Amino acid sequence: MTQPAVREHTKTTNWVGKSIRRIEDPKFLKGKGGYIADHVLPSMLHAALVKSPYAHARITHIDVSEAQALPGVVAVITGGEAASLCDPLPDFGPDPSKHTWRLLAVDKVRYVGEGVVAVVAESRYVAEDAASLVVVDYEALPPIVDPEEALKPGSPLVHDALGSNVAYERTFTFGDVDAAFAEADHVFEDRLHWRRSGSQPIEPVGAIASYDTGTGMMTIWENSLSFTSYLFMLAGTLKIPSNKLDVHPVPAGGSFGSKLWAVKPAAIAGMLSKATGRPVQYMEDRHDALANNDHQGSDRIYRVKLGVKRDGTMTGLKLHAIEDYGAYIQFGLGHHGNALAQVTGPYRIAAVEYGLQAVLTNKNQQGAYRGFGSEVNNWMLERMVDLAARELGMDRREIRRKNFIQPDQFPYFIPTGNVYDSGDYELVLDKTLDLGRWEHWQAEKLRLRQEGRHIGLGLVSCQERSVFSATEFWFWFDKPGAPVTSMPESVTLDVDALGNITATLYSCAFWGNSPETMTAQLVAEEFDVDPASVSVVYAGTSQGLPATGPGGSRFTVMIAGAIEGASKKIKDKAFKIAAHQLEVSVEDLEWKDNGIEVKGSPGARKTLGEVAIMAHLFKHSLPDEIESGLEASQVHDHPYTTLPSNDRKDLGVFYPFMGHACHVAVVEVDPETGKVDFLDYAAVHDCGTMVNPRSLEGHIIGGTAQGIGTALHEEFVYDENGDFQSGTFLNYLIPTSMDVPEIKCGHHETPSPWTPYGIKGGGEGGRMMAPGAIFSAIDDALEPFGVRMRVLPATPERIVEAIEEAAGA
Amino acid sequence: MTAVRQITVSVNGQTFERAVDPRLALVDFLRDQLGLTGTHIGCEQGVCGACTVLVDGTSVLSCLMLAVQADGSEVSTVEGLASGLELHPLQEAFWEKQGLQCGFCTPGMLMRAKEILDHDPDPTSETVREAIAGNLCRCTGYQFIVESILDAAERIRVGSNA
Repeated sequence: MTQPAVREHTKTTNWVGKSIRRIEDPKFLKGKGGYIADHVLPSMLHAALVKSPYAHARITHIDVSEAQALPGVVAVITGGEAASLCDPLPDFGPDPSKHTWRLLAVDKVRYVGEGVVAVVAESRYVAEDAASLVVVDYEALPPIVDPEEALKPGSPLVHDALGSNVAYERTFTFGDVDAAFAEADHVFEDRLHWRRSGSQPIEPVGAIASYDTGTGMMTIWENSLSFTSYLFMLAGTLKIPSNKLDVHPVPAGGSFGSKLWAVKPAAIAGMLSKATGRPVQYMEDRHDALANNDHQGSDRIYRVKLGVKRDGTMTGLKLHAIEDYGAYIQFGLGHHGNALAQVTGPYRIAAVEYGLQAVLTNKNQQGAYRGFGSEVNNWMLERMVDLAARELGMDRREIRRKNFIQPDQFPYFIPTGNVYDSGDYELVLDKTLDLGRWEHWQAEKLRLRQEGRHIGLGLVSCQERSVFSATEFWFWFDKPGAPVTSMPESVTLDVDALGNITATLYSCAFWGNSPETMTAQLVAEEFDVDPASVSVVYAGTSQGLPATGPGGSRFTVMIAGAIEGASKKIKDKAFKIAAHQLEVSVEDLEWKDNGIEVKGSPGARKTLGEVAIMAHLFKHSLPDEIESGLEASQVHDHPYTTLPSNDRKDLGVFYPFMGHACHVAVVEVDPETGKVDFLDYAAVHDCGTMVNPRSLEGHIIGGTAQGIGTALHEEFVYDENGDFQSGTFLNYLIPTSMDVPEIKCGHHETPSPWTPYGIKGGGEGGRMMAPGAIFSAIDDALEPFGVRMRVLPATPERIVEAIEEAAGA
Repeated sequence: MTAVRQITVSVNGQTFERAVDPRLALVDFLRDQLGLTGTHIGCEQGVCGACTVLVDGTSVLSCLMLAVQADGSEVSTVEGLASGLELHPLQEAFWEKQGLQCGFCTPGMLMRAKEILDHDPDPTSETVREAIAGNLCRCTGYQFIVESILDAAERIRVGSNA
């Protein structure tokens, strides 16, 4: 694929860029959201799971007799029975035959919370009663908790078939790393540890499955639907033909990644419906969502070296990452693909060495969480830039300025091969410093230090990649099993006989983002209609076109391309109809204000409604070749993907629309208690052209709040025995309104040259920036103690420990 | 199993008489027996606040209250906020200010906000922030929610002066 043509973006827009009220909202405000738990089918049953209390144990015996005898119980299915009813779950990991992931554990449990038995009953109450009556005997095995211990020879194994706990290891080099480090006057090194947190939307994952024994059709409603072209894998799990699976999306009460390709709940409901012949709902409760959701976030130990010249110029980056994936590895190494898309940040760093060991341990596995591993890289890189500034005695602002890619250098290829389309990083930095009142707080910091108070200013400049392509899932391997290259999004636009427009979407686009509003605004822009008049519906997959869904900040960019394509098809047909009616040629016509008119003759026109009624109802008044109806579909493929080189020294273009942001955090740290309070917070984002600035700002602020949780409070804690310590919202601490400060938001728009209107994705940004800014601020506040925070989250306990350690050093 | 108990509960002004299992949570009574699915279940651990409803004018977590405990009470849920087609000022304000994203915490947040404004028609952003600290929202970072509640307060004040 070649570079897309450059778009000029000169047209003024009527709807793109307006903060209209969201199309989605009235139903939610009225309590009529139609979430998965709100749906009831006739004779529907409810499922609950018996979960492992052990991190690592052999299942020696299961007695379900008492559970089965409880009135209201319809079926009790053990892991062994499930393994005969269903094949393993869809798995994009390095070698699924050696770390096989199933609906329920068979023979051995591999983390606290893993499902062992499924119970189906007339109500959830009875299902949970029965689950408590199931007796499972275990023989405890030594738990594998610490990923560095898991690497040692002789460690117990999570998967015997794998023969070690390493699912993948490889070191890549991009550019001339030796030369880059030879150029450096200093090499700054550190060990940085980002511990696992997760998305935890207020609504967990759930699915309802209904298997029709007459037709063999399995219909599943779920608050997750993405990668629809890969659903044949779920059909395979359920042992049904791929064309007998029909998945329907329902609104998701938040996702942040946790509902990206969440196949296990669907498979559990599907298996149980097939087994009972009745519809079954499986709804995760909060403990399921915390302990058994397959979507914990990154857990990464870095050893990093940054080569820097005396004047602050960064020359090269070498890193080695140990990633603790937990017990399975469903998405393979995608988390590091995301990191490699922007591994060098907004800086001109010529060469990178990237080592990765993917380790399996006795924990719930990783999935997607807002940033999908790139947020960890942002934090690591900004930690290193701060280290270099401190060691060189440079201002943190100046070292960044010195290394920024300049506006005239785009499109800019980074050493890994990915491209950045556009940006203006220094301008964003300056805006943020103003908004965050850097000079003011710098003075305040020094003044308050005299009073014994510890104020700190933090700063990051980070990338926000958007719109992934397929290659990042397989460029890890010299001989990938499935080197796929498609990653589309689709839309159908239908103009009815009265000229009213319906847009059909094909993924579970609604995660709390604004897909209907985006779609309506983009359709309104094309056809000059009020966005509120556009109806947006979701198709099931059996009537569906291929769709990837909103993960990876894809949705708005991709749907804009699809809508552009479908609109053109509709307009082409409408022009032919209007030309026939107005007795002119198509070339004499132009689109104007919701209609088609003869150039230079404003009175000679047909509105879209007038064309539509002809198209639908008056076949005999139109040229023979014009078919009835006025609808069009567009499958919009990823606009810019190139393949990796065979030697993998160049990974190609795989994440080309590069957003950027700068955050300034001002905190006060209490060295006695380790408590961190925010005094100010500014975030300026450049996501290209904004479609609805208010909704983008909502994402930025919400993402920043999640970043605050990630940086300071949230952690899935597994103790030395692998016991899970974070099974409720009382000990997994997502931020409350008192933990999040007022965020001052600013925007800059550098349009992408390659997308409609110049849009870039912007769904993940806040969380990709905030942790680095907060760590930078904590270090600054604790500068008198010589503290550098290296472990995330920086809980009060860790902050106090770091102060004590620094004092002892 | 314990015998069912007869309860009489007024919900959004309508009286319901039902026989319920004594252990039935109020939220499940509202959702499963009355079909009022606007009240959501987020954690069932009494932490997230998604299931907040008003019982005799006071906010409660309906996952921690039993239906039998609501016997003889007046319960208000999100479904009772709007008057017919006319949205409540809180709903209008949340729509205008984008005080919601996924909408899942929204019904609980709206009911808590109603209680806040019932007691203090002219709150500050600080008091609102503190008052909603028991209702978790994972999407918004709370800022637009605070703006929404302040905007609703103003709408209500203007409306009552008109």
